[in-house]
Amino acid sequence: MSIGLTHYLVLSAVLFCIGLYGALTRRNAVIILMCIELMLNAVNISLIAFSSYIVPQLLTGQVFAIFVMVVAAAEIAVGLAVVLAIFRHFSGIDTNDINLLKW
Amino acid sequence: MGLEFAFWIMAVVMVGAAFAVLYLRNVFHAALALVLCFIAVAGIYVTLSADFLAAVQILVYVGAISVLIILGVMMTREVQKGNPVNKMRLPAAIVAVVLLGILVYVVTSTPWGISTQDPLTPTTMPLATKLFSENGFILPVEIGAVLLLAAILGAIVIIREKKK
Repeated sequence: MSIGLTHYLVLSAVLFCIGLYGALTRRNAVIILMCIELMLNAVNISLIAFSSYIVPQLLTGQVFAIFVMVVAAAEIAVGLAVVLAIFRHFSGIDTNDINLLKW
Repeated sequence: MGLEFAFWIMAVVMVGAAFAVLYLRNVFHAALALVLCFIAVAGIYVTLSADFLAAVQILVYVGAISVLIILGVMMTREVQKGNPVNKMRLPAAIVAVVLLGILVYVVTSTPWGISTQDPLTPTTMPLATKLFSENGFILPVEIGAVLLLAAILGAIVIIREKKK
């Protein structure tokens, strides 16, 4: 059985769901950021798989993946700044203790 | 044959490293597992004949983002406390498994219009033409530059110590 588009999409779905589960359950904010990066990578895999199987000569999916990487870099920079600010304020980054916006 | 072999190795390494990110007790080890996962994703890109993106993946994710994350791990000194889970474990697992089931069902039952052409290689020059040409993606590239500038400035403003 040769490798096709379905294999890549299922792999991407598996990685996305692992990242989703981690982002929903972990209490360490840095681990949550890592899981978000996993999810963005999963999306990139599916974009590039679509690009090279559906429109092999156009590369549109790869251009999209580049923009996803740009946004991921911006996200991780701001996210870590927020995490460090939270750490300074609460002296910890356990998300159970962060309840400033909880009413 | 070689491509299939490479795909399965990369897929197993990738999923294993992703689970290691979740289940390793030490946060620093989890960050290293994340780096391994990024490298495996770069290998997946190579099997998809996206050579430029594989290089960018190594440079941006393995090089830059992992350094930022390890810096975050070290700055927050939470390594000793391990990797605790919250109370939403079972609902989150149900949500993730149901979403995975739906995605796999949709992916396997959709008739994809697979093209018979071979993918373009090498991709660097066509990508540059697409990104920077007149009718290409030059406006999104400029917006991406502004976004990165705004993110850098925002990170500096958020992280700055307040002067008393």
